[in-house]
Amino acid sequence: MTPSFVSRPSFAARHAGVLRRLPWLVLAVLALFPLLAPLFGVEYYVGFMRRVMIVAIAAASLNFILGYGGMAALGHAGFIGVGAYTVVALVEAGVASAWLAWGCALVGGGVFAALIGAVSLRTRGVYFIMITLAFAQMLYYLAVSLRTYGGDDGYGLYTPLTLGAGFDTAHPQLFYWVVLALAALVFAVFSRVAHARYGHALRGIRDNETRMVALGYPVYRLKLAGFVAAGAVAGLAGGLLASHNAFVSPGLMHWTQSALLLVMVMLGGAGRRWGAALGVALWLTLEEALKMYTDYWHWPLGLLLLLIVFHAQQGLAGLFGSRAQADVGGQGADVAGEVDGAAQERAGSAEA
Amino acid sequence: MDFIFVFEQVLNGLGYGLMLFLIAAGLTLVFGIMDTMNLAHGSLYMAGAYIAARVHESSGSFAGAVLLAVLLTVVVAVVLEALIIRHLYRRDHLVQVLATFGIILIADDAVKAIWGVAPLLASTPAALAGPIEVFPGLPYPAYRLLLIAAGLLVALGLYALVHGTRIGMLVRAGASNRQMAEFMGVRVGAVFAFVFALGAALAALAGAMMAPISAVQIGMGEAILIPALVVIVIGGIGSIRGAFVAALLVGLVDTAGRAFLPPALRAVLPPALAAELGPALAGIAMYVLMAAVLALKPAGLFPARA
Repeated sequence: MTPSFVSRPSFAARHAGVLRRLPWLVLAVLALFPLLAPLFGVEYYVGFMRRVMIVAIAAASLNFILGYGGMAALGHAGFIGVGAYTVVALVEAGVASAWLAWGCALVGGGVFAALIGAVSLRTRGVYFIMITLAFAQMLYYLAVSLRTYGGDDGYGLYTPLTLGAGFDTAHPQLFYWVVLALAALVFAVFSRVAHARYGHALRGIRDNETRMVALGYPVYRLKLAGFVAAGAVAGLAGGLLASHNAFVSPGLMHWTQSALLLVMVMLGGAGRRWGAALGVALWLTLEEALKMYTDYWHWPLGLLLLLIVFHAQQGLAGLFGSRAQADVGGQGADVAGEVDGAAQERAGSAEA
Repeated sequence: MDFIFVFEQVLNGLGYGLMLFLIAAGLTLVFGIMDTMNLAHGSLYMAGAYIAARVHESSGSFAGAVLLAVLLTVVVAVVLEALIIRHLYRRDHLVQVLATFGIILIADDAVKAIWGVAPLLASTPAALAGPIEVFPGLPYPAYRLLLIAAGLLVALGLYALVHGTRIGMLVRAGASNRQMAEFMGVRVGAVFAFVFALGAALAALAGAMMAPISAVQIGMGEAILIPALVVIVIGGIGSIRGAFVAALLVGLVDTAGRAFLPPALRAVLPPALAAELGPALAGIAMYVLMAAVLALKPAGLFPARA
């Protein structure tokens, strides 16, 4: 056997063509799923997929600030809650249009993110983790005490919101497609922005904040802009989730929800284009599958986390994509891959 | 709002604060020395509460139950440290969050498998079930007085340990500058294993003591973890003294918020609004305290690192 000095091409390099077309293929399958599901008797999973996509929207927003911006926020569920309660407040006030409600959820999430980010982004490292957590806890207790909106017991949204043209969110396929379209839009925009000048600046801040300050970048404002965008998108996800569950409770904002969101992003691969979607899909699918067989469905997930920590440090996306392919989209593969790989080591590190 | 009521609330706050201190002490040392964020610390608290409640119920001896709870939890902690936590020291905080969150998921299921889903009802020891008249007109539950006494005693013991012994000196050296301590020949790994076990013992003690006056249920660890984290951030990560002061502060602010804010608001606001705002502000009080402290002193009240 002769020793080979030529490294084997990575999984991504060997299957570049397939991988490039894969997102479109997945999108097509997802779009057709509600029509095909009844043929196989799996209509139940249309609702499940809708939830996966909504959570993926929230996770994508966290991935944007965590993976590209290095901001390890442990309070992201707070913005989801803001979005959900915005919808509740509007429904209580008599609003029937889904678009208006979700639009306001988006704006609400953004406004709260601006307020919270303005204070939190002055801190670093563990203190940032803690202060975002503290603000989310404040929102949680606020929701618990809002008796008008059900307080601890939550609030049921019994009337579906209208989507226009005589349709409403009770229409199983249409609401599914709306969520799919929004999810696709969110992923496309975040991916586009991540590779635009702003995204590069954000990654620069993640990797070396001091240098970016020295180069004259308005670091604080750039970070705040990212934080607000992420909060707004999480608010939108919260609004969608309110319609999906037809129920909103403070439990949406519990700190374990924020931690779960972080976990799902890290599981998929922080700072990877499809990391958030992969992580959410795997986590929720496992949860769903395990629940069918046993009441003890937490510990296998816990074990999975430990395995990821000790054996797959780049997350799931890291198992497939090469370094270059993953994040920088192939431009200047070698150098970019190197930089990206180094950054991944610290991706979302509290010290970044 | 008479003096007796105020005094009673101060005692309640003191008791809660001291228990918070027991949990936060281990957390702040682990955090301070090895820079390791351990979300699973609350699970050790839960283990202590469950073991103590069950042993007390079956044996009838409260002291024995507390002792056994502490011992068993320390054994669990030593295994946990050797298998998992030890390998997380040099990883970044997010990875530590991921791994220790995994431990929480496993611990919750383990507790569910051993003791079931239903919350346990832990009884106070019979000898301490009644009230004691602290001074004329103020009967106070004897068990809560024991809680305060035990908390103070342990705090004193811990202070003596950290500030008066050789191992305490090594712990402080590790907390203030780990690399320098390692450089000077301190085996920081061994110190950390000791600190982790000590922290587990304190958390288990707090769990065992809190069991009779709180709900022993799955999720109790996650619920107590957040106030404990608030305490160590306010006190300054790695500082025992900071954790002590901050724990009492948080305990008093939280108790005072719940006891005095709603009536105070009712006096100035319309009743409907006050009824909604009161509990909200009370729940938020400790987080506002933390945000205020961080705004003024970003590294906490007593930063351990120079």
